[in-house]
Amino acid sequence: MDFLSLFSIFVLSVFVGFYVVWGVTPALHSPLLAVTNAISSVIIVGGLIAAVASKGIIDLSSTMGLIAVLLASVNIFGGFMVAQRMLAMFKKKK
Amino acid sequence: MNTTIIGFAYLLSGVLFILALKGLSSPVSARKGNTYGMLGMAIAVATTLYGAGSGLELSSYTNIIIAVAVGGIFGSILARKISMTALPQLVAAFHSLVGLAAVFVAIGAYKNPAAFFDGGIITTGSMIEMSLGLAIGAITFSGSVIAFAKLQGLVSGNPLVFKGQHLINLVIFLSILALIYMTALSPMDAATEQYFWAIVGLSFFIGFLVVLPIGGADMPVVVSMLNSYSGWAACGIGFTLQNTALIITGALVGSSGAILSYIMCKGMNRSIVSVLLGGFGGDSDAAAAAASQPKGNVKQGSADDASFIMGNAQKVIIVPGYGMAVSQAQHALREMCDILKSKGVEVRYAIHPVAGRMPGHMNVLLAEANVPYDEVFELEEINHEFATADVAFVIGANDVTNPLAKTDPQSPIYGMPILDVEKAATTLFLKRSMASGYAGVDNDLFFRDKTMMLLGDAKKTTEEIVQALNLS
Repeated sequence: MDFLSLFSIFVLSVFVGFYVVWGVTPALHSPLLAVTNAISSVIIVGGLIAAVASKGIIDLSSTMGLIAVLLASVNIFGGFMVAQRMLAMFKKKK
Repeated sequence: MNTTIIGFAYLLSGVLFILALKGLSSPVSARKGNTYGMLGMAIAVATTLYGAGSGLELSSYTNIIIAVAVGGIFGSILARKISMTALPQLVAAFHSLVGLAAVFVAIGAYKNPAAFFDGGIITTGSMIEMSLGLAIGAITFSGSVIAFAKLQGLVSGNPLVFKGQHLINLVIFLSILALIYMTALSPMDAATEQYFWAIVGLSFFIGFLVVLPIGGADMPVVVSMLNSYSGWAACGIGFTLQNTALIITGALVGSSGAILSYIMCKGMNRSIVSVLLGGFGGDSDAAAAAASQPKGNVKQGSADDASFIMGNAQKVIIVPGYGMAVSQAQHALREMCDILKSKGVEVRYAIHPVAGRMPGHMNVLLAEANVPYDEVFELEEINHEFATADVAFVIGANDVTNPLAKTDPQSPIYGMPILDVEKAATTLFLKRSMASGYAGVDNDLFFRDKTMMLLGDAKKTTEEIVQALNLS
């Protein structure tokens, strides 16, 4: 994709983010931090590309990729699970 | 065909991430939103592996599975074991990992352009995008490490300020930009590789320098700000990889963190610039030692007095602060409120935007103690109700109730929105001592006639009130 298309997606996403996040209830700002943490770890795709590209040979690039995959995995699992744990605590009046 | 399917799949995962954040508009829809988020992540990972598909050696998959398993197990254990009081540290640690992952991906792409770029050629444009992702990622990492250390108490929460600090930061910042320019001029030239590594080093360094001078009191802003940075780093890498899922997510997270920083700054009436320049607000104990000569008469009360007043009240508003979390008083507090409710007293909770150490921290702590979320209100929702309340029960909070913020233009907290606890018929303060809060300002509410101070450990005092209420 050319730069302009990607940049358009970027600008529109900033606006979507702006409106969606203002809609988040302040009570859930901590889970919001945990969830944004988890989803920003979609950067794992970059790590996967680097790790896969070497076709099994361990070089600098694939090592970096694997470490990125490992770090992002900590975040993905940790972020979603801690968000889940927090959200499970929010209960209505009985 | 293949690339079209892949493109759609990434778009789908981006949309699922938007829905994950949308779900957080209410506690009812939030859990479903979280599931959307996980689904989006699974789709993104599966698509990448499918796209990188043809002619793979099995061993590279084995390595990946091991990396995911090790990271996943570690992350799951952390998420399960962490105490809710320590949540801000965990979030800071997670931010550091996103930042570091961005750095590693950028290095990976730089060292193996064939896997990442059309024809294996890094263009000037790609190099700029990648270097920005790299630099922001590195800053996110080292900044978050310092934030973590401050929140965890490994380094002092006091601002670390030295002369010429801002000048040094500025010089380093401009150097990074210059290095990015020099690398991007001829990205494939081996001679520019040293600039690339210099960007990595300087960015790590400036991340440390930027967060060190920021005091413990401003940590909610720092945590939000680093959240934002981690998003922009992901965006930079997303442009490099031409990956829409990454760009959408990065933009979402970037604006989310920026909005949270704004809300936190507004909650303290501080500008983001003054927070970044640092030097404000250290550990509350340090500030307390420096300030606070008692002036005027203080009315001290006992747990029995408090239980009598609240037992005969019609409406009690609880104002929790970080001090409540420190003494782990939230469970005793909820027990106290249950007894009051069984006596027909109306109980509500009032949360200041900067209560706790990160956005929404206090809400989670109360939820953990089984306080129903529909009894918990934000400042704007509940502030007018103090006038009709019989008791404002302030537990472990101080500065956020200080009326000086409304009346004294000289005060460092002037203009900060505060909870109008002084309008309640009686204000009960549970505090460890008469010391001032993190801002180092005396709270003249302590000396007013309608105020009763209950000095001591918040948890112990609350438990005593529970006992007294049970006896009456």
